[in-house]
Amino acid sequence: MTAENRSADLGLDVGGRPGGGWGPSAEGAGPWRLGLRRMRRNPVALAFGALFLVLVGACVAAPVWADEIAGTGPFENHLSDTVVVDGETTNVVGFDGVPIGPTYQGEFFLGADSNGRDIMVRLLYGGRNSLMIGVVAALITTFVSIFLGLLAGYFRGSVDWVISRALDVMWSFPVIILGVALGVSLQLGGLKLGPIEIEGGSLAIPTLVIGLVYVPYMARPLRGQVLSLREKDFVEAARAQGAGPVRIMFSEILPNLASTILVFGALLVANAVLLEAALSFLGAGVQPPEPSWGNMIREGVNRIASAPHLAIAPGVMLTLTVLSLNVFGDGVRDALDPRAKIRVEH
Amino acid sequence: MSGPLLSVEDLHVTFRTEEGDVRAVDGVSFTLERGEVLAIVGESGSGKSATVMTLMGLTRSANAGFKGWARLDTGDGELDLVSATDEALRRVRGSRVAMIFQDPMTSLNPVYRVGDQIVEQIRAHERVSEAEAMDRVIQLLDRVGIPRARERVRAFPHEFSGGMRQRAMIAMALSCQPDVLIADEPTTALDVTIQAQILERIRELRESADAGVILVTHDLGVVAEIADRVAVMYAGQIIEQGTLDEIFYDPQHPYTWGLLGSIARVDRPRPGRLPAIGGMPPSLHDLRVGCRFRTRCPHEFAKCAESPPLEARAGGAGDHLDRCWLPPAEKAERREVGGQIGLGRKEPV
Amino acid sequence: MARFVLRRLAGMVFVLFAVSVLTFLIFNVIPNSDPAVRMAGRQASESTIEAIRAEWGFDKSLPEQYVTTMKKVFTGDLESQFTRLNVGEEIRKGIPRTLSLAVGAAIMWMVLALALGLFSAVRAGKFSDRFLTILALIGISMPVFWVGALMSHYLGFKLGLFPNGGYVEFAKDPLDWAYHLILPWTALSLLFIGFYSRVLRSNVLDTINEDYVRTARAKGLSERRVMVRHVLRNSLIPIVTLWGLDFGAVVGGGAILTETVFGIQGVGQYFGDGIAQLDVPPVLAVTMLIAFFIVLLNTIVDIAYAALDPRIRLQ
Repeated sequence: MTAENRSADLGLDVGGRPGGGWGPSAEGAGPWRLGLRRMRRNPVALAFGALFLVLVGACVAAPVWADEIAGTGPFENHLSDTVVVDGETTNVVGFDGVPIGPTYQGEFFLGADSNGRDIMVRLLYGGRNSLMIGVVAALITTFVSIFLGLLAGYFRGSVDWVISRALDVMWSFPVIILGVALGVSLQLGGLKLGPIEIEGGSLAIPTLVIGLVYVPYMARPLRGQVLSLREKDFVEAARAQGAGPVRIMFSEILPNLASTILVFGALLVANAVLLEAALSFLGAGVQPPEPSWGNMIREGVNRIASAPHLAIAPGVMLTLTVLSLNVFGDGVRDALDPRAKIRVEH
Repeated sequence: MSGPLLSVEDLHVTFRTEEGDVRAVDGVSFTLERGEVLAIVGESGSGKSATVMTLMGLTRSANAGFKGWARLDTGDGELDLVSATDEALRRVRGSRVAMIFQDPMTSLNPVYRVGDQIVEQIRAHERVSEAEAMDRVIQLLDRVGIPRARERVRAFPHEFSGGMRQRAMIAMALSCQPDVLIADEPTTALDVTIQAQILERIRELRESADAGVILVTHDLGVVAEIADRVAVMYAGQIIEQGTLDEIFYDPQHPYTWGLLGSIARVDRPRPGRLPAIGGMPPSLHDLRVGCRFRTRCPHEFAKCAESPPLEARAGGAGDHLDRCWLPPAEKAERREVGGQIGLGRKEPV
Repeated sequence: MARFVLRRLAGMVFVLFAVSVLTFLIFNVIPNSDPAVRMAGRQASESTIEAIRAEWGFDKSLPEQYVTTMKKVFTGDLESQFTRLNVGEEIRKGIPRTLSLAVGAAIMWMVLALALGLFSAVRAGKFSDRFLTILALIGISMPVFWVGALMSHYLGFKLGLFPNGGYVEFAKDPLDWAYHLILPWTALSLLFIGFYSRVLRSNVLDTINEDYVRTARAKGLSERRVMVRHVLRNSLIPIVTLWGLDFGAVVGGGAILTETVFGIQGVGQYFGDGIAQLDVPPVLAVTMLIAFFIVLLNTIVDIAYAALDPRIRLQ
C-alpha cells in the first residue's frame, strides 16, 4: 500500500488532523496544502515570520555591518578613541566612565559600551550567538525528544517506565535551575563523554545544556501521541505486512508527529533564546567577552543608571525576536489545527 | 387545548460562514400533535439537526439568521420559539421542550454527580427543595430502568455504561414533564440491544405523558419501530411527509425510494449488494433553482428545472405531501426495482 | 481517594531520591575535571584543594561521595567557599523574601489571568480579544530580568513612583513591604499573565463547545450558571496543574532573575551570586532545595487535581 492509498482509504483522524501528510487524500487538498492556505490567510503571523527572517538576516550579515559601516569588530575596545558626532568630536568613553549614547551614524550607531565597544556591532554578533544557540538547542531537543518519545511510546513497558521516570526527574528541576546547574558545572570542567570533548568556555556548552533541559517538555507530549498512534489501524496494517518496529516508527508514526513537531519548533526556539539570555545574564551561559544578548543585558543592567542605552538595545532585539517567533508559531498552530480556529469563530 | 402542540411554519435558518451563507433549513413546515411521534429522517447535512436545535434555541448566535415561526402551545397561550426572547426561551427550554442528544458519553458533565445534574435542571424551573428534587430524580432513574437508583444518583458519569448514560439523559429530559421531547439520534451511538430499550422508554413516555416526540434519525429501522408520522428532509427542505404507512408503502419521492431501497429487509431475498444512492447532496452554499435532488435522480425530466413545491399529489386525505413533479401513476411504476421499492441507478450521461 | 494519595506519596519519595542523585551527578560527576579543584574556585592553593578533597570525600568511591554530599547538605554542614558563611543559614534568611515575592506574584498573575482569559474568551474574535492576545504575546516574549531592570530604573529611580529595589520585612512595616514588592511582583507576573490568560481562553473556548455545555443550556439553565458552573469549572482543571508546575518554576527560575535585578536578597539572589562567583556549595544546596520543593508541590497538585476531577482517581 502506498502512502496515498492509506491516507485516503482509512480517513485518518489523528487528534483532529486528517491524514498523515503524505499527499492529497481522496477529496481535495491534503492537510499540508490546507495548512498552507490557512497560513496565507493570516497576514499577521506571516508578517512576524518575515520579521524573524529579517532579524536573522541582519545578524548573519554582522560582519558586513562591522566591516563596511561601523569599521570595527565586536571585541575591539575604543576606550581612548574619539568619534565625530554632528560635527562635534566626543570621547567614546567619557572621563567619568560613561560611554557615548546612540549616534545614529555608521560608527557607534547605537552607542558604545563601557569598554568602548560598538554596541550595534556587538548586538549583531551577539544575535548570531544567541540565535545559533537557540536554533541548534531546539534541534537537539527535537531530535532527542523524538527519539525518546518514539521509544517510550512504541515499546511501552519497562522501556517506557525508565524513560518516563527519567523525564519526571528532569521535570522536577525548573528550566533555569537545571540550566544554571549544568551550565556552571560544565563550564568549570568542560565535558568529556567518550570521544566527545568540549572545553568549558565553548559555546557548545550552553547549546547542549539548553537543548537537554527542554527535552521533557517535548518528549512527553510526543510520547503521548505515539502511544495513541500505535493503536491506530494503519499501524496494525503495517505490522500485519511484516514491518518491523523501526520501519513502523519511521514510516508510519513519525510522519504523523510532524505537525506537532512543527508547532513546537517555533515555540522551542523562542524559549531557547530566552533561556540562553537568562543563563548568560546570570553568568552561566555565554561568557564575556563573547557577546550574547543575555550578557549584554547584564552589562546594561549594571550600568543602567548612567547609560540606559546599554540595556535597552539588546532587550528590544531579544523581545522582537522572541515575539516574532511566538506570533508565527501561533499562526502555524492555528493553520495546522483548524479545529481550534473554527471553534473560535462561533 | 385544541390545535397542534407545536406548529412550525416556513422555518428558515441561515448561517453566515467564511465561504458564504449556508441555508441549513430552507422553508420547513410541520406540526406535532400530543401523543404522537414524528420522525424526521435524512442524511447528515439535510438540516434535520439544525431544525430541532433551532426549536430549542440552541442555534442562536451572532452569525445565524432566522425566519418563520415555531408556535408552541404552552398551556396558557402560545410562544413562538423563533422570535421569543432569550429569557422566555430559557424558561421553556428543559421544562416544556426537552431534548436528548446523540452522544451520551460526552453529554454529561464529568465533574458533577449524575443526580446533582438532574436536580440542577429541576431546580432551575421549579421551586422545590434539594431533597424533594433528589427524590424525584431517584424515581425518574428508577422509571427509566436504572437499577439501584438510590445509590446510583451519587455516581459520576464515567461510572455509568453508555446505555445507562443515555437512560439518565432521558430521565433528565423528562424531569420537568415536558410537552415536547426532541430526541436527536438517541440510539446512534449505542449498540442494537440497548437501542431497543431506549426506544421502549420513548414509547412509554408518549403513552403515559401524552407528550409529543420529535425523533431525528437516519435509521429507517428505528422509524419503523416507533414513529407515527414521518418527514423526510433533503438539502434543507422537507421533500416528503406523511404517516408511517404512507411513507413505507406508498412513497412518493425518489429520494425516499432510495432510502427504502438501501436497507436490507428480512422479508425479501438478499440482494447481491445493498444499493446506494449515487452522487452527493448539493452544497448548501450554492443552491440553485429546481429540484435539489435532480442531479442524483434517474427519473428526472424537463419539469425538474422548476422548484417543486411541497404538495399533496397522491390523493387520499391530503396530508401526504411530496416535492416531486412526476405524476402519481408514474411514481408507482418507477419505484418498483427488482421486486421491491428502490431508486435504480442513474445512467451516466 | 486514599489509595491514590498513598500511591502518589510513594512515588514522590522515589522521585526525591532520584533528584538527589541527579543533583549529585551534575555537580560532582558529569563535569570533566577534578571536583575539588572546581569547588576550590579560581586561584586556589594546593592545600585548599586537598582540604576540600578530604572534607567532601572526593578521593573515595562515588556512593561514598554521594552519602557525604547528602549528609552535608541536609545537616546544614555546608559553607560557602568564598564568604565562609553557612549555606543553610543564608538560605533560611532568604526564604521569607523569596516566598513573599513568589506568592505575591502568583496571586497577582492568577487573578489577572483569570479575568483577562475569561474576558478574552467571551469576546473571542472581537477587537478586544485580539488586542489582549497581542499584549499577552508581548508579555511572554520579554525577558523578565530586562523588564524588571527597566521598571526599576524608570519607574523607581527616574520617576520615583516606587522604591528602587530592596526589601522591607513584613513584620517591620507591612505597607512598605508591599510597596517595595509591587514592581517585582508585576515584572514577574507579566510573563505568566500572558501565558495563563491564553491557556484559560483556549480552555474556555474548548469547553464551550463541549456536549455537556450544550446539555446544560438545553436544561434551561441561566447563561451565567452555564458559564460559571459548567464552563469555568471545567476549564480551570488543567490550569490547576499548570499553576502548580509554574509556581515551582517561578520560585526556581523567575525569582532568581527578579531578585537579582531588584536586590531582594532572597534565596534566588543568593543562588545568583553563587553562580557569578562560581561558588559551588550554595548553588548545589539551592538546586536541591528547589527541586525537592517542586517535587513536593507537584505531588500536592496531583492530589488536588484528583479532588477536582473524579476521573483521575481511577489512574
